[in-house]
Amino acid sequence: MVIENFTPLLSGSGGLLIGSAAALFMLWNGKIAGISGITKGIFAPCPTAQERFWRVAFVVGIMLGGLGTVLLAPDMTALSYSMSLPQMVLAGLLVGVGTAMGNGCTSGHGVCGLSRRSDRSLTSVLTFMGAGFVTMYVMTHLLNIARF
Amino acid sequence: MKEILSSLFVGLLFGAGLGISGMMDPAKVQGFLDLTGRWDPSLALVMGGAMAVTWIAYPLIFKRARPVLAPKFFLPTNTQIDRPLVLGALLFGTGWAIGGLCPGPALANLATLNAGVLVFVPSMLAGFWLHRNVTEWQIRQRTGQGSAACVAEKEAFEAEQCLVD
Repeated sequence: MVIENFTPLLSGSGGLLIGSAAALFMLWNGKIAGISGITKGIFAPCPTAQERFWRVAFVVGIMLGGLGTVLLAPDMTALSYSMSLPQMVLAGLLVGVGTAMGNGCTSGHGVCGLSRRSDRSLTSVLTFMGAGFVTMYVMTHLLNIARF
Repeated sequence: MKEILSSLFVGLLFGAGLGISGMMDPAKVQGFLDLTGRWDPSLALVMGGAMAVTWIAYPLIFKRARPVLAPKFFLPTNTQIDRPLVLGALLFGTGWAIGGLCPGPALANLATLNAGVLVFVPSMLAGFWLHRNVTEWQIRQRTGQGSAACVAEKEAFEAEQCLVD
């Protein structure tokens, strides 16, 4: 194993911001800051318009945060990447079906669920991390598909 | 209204955190998952930093009778370790490695107008749609279209979809 591109200070402080956002969302709105669930609910038949508005607002907030990063530190985003489109379609479908079926992603199960001491979330995180490690091994070492 | 403004603010803070942490860079995510290659441990620090806040803050917040802007806490009620949980996480982890994106960084990266991101996000939404329609089809098959059991189970499914994660 070779350690490369490690950014502990930036990543740790970004993590603190993400954690603060999740804590404030629970304190103010009483909700889990799970991005897949919030986004899914915009299109799911949720009962009220109010239910849809806060979800859209949250997603717009994330997109604005992303826009700020693109303007201030474009190298820290996917801006200059050239990605295989079939690969990204497959990835998007798997992430969509997987997070919908498993009820959460890195934020809902990862940050929030683990902090609620949820057994379901611990199971989810160990499973998706394991699947990620295995998939990356198969891609890079067996199929010779280059990393970004 | 306050609930919508707070959602916007929290989303903005979350998005800024994703940017500063480096998680909008798909290479850093793939680098973390490449354990046996050139390994980038940064993602562990992001999770650690985030959980350092929520691990301590959540129990304190749950001591309150209710949140500041809402009548109650909206928390998942399902505690079963079931097949959809595990199968879903397996599919998600696979897609996460293939694309180097999970839902948050994918949405944050829409501002790049990168073609890969612009096909990833609609594909993810199509995945949500596919899961919902297949699940509702399975419920209809099992209980009989229009039956009381079908209506009840679909309502329970939809309520859960709106509540959790």
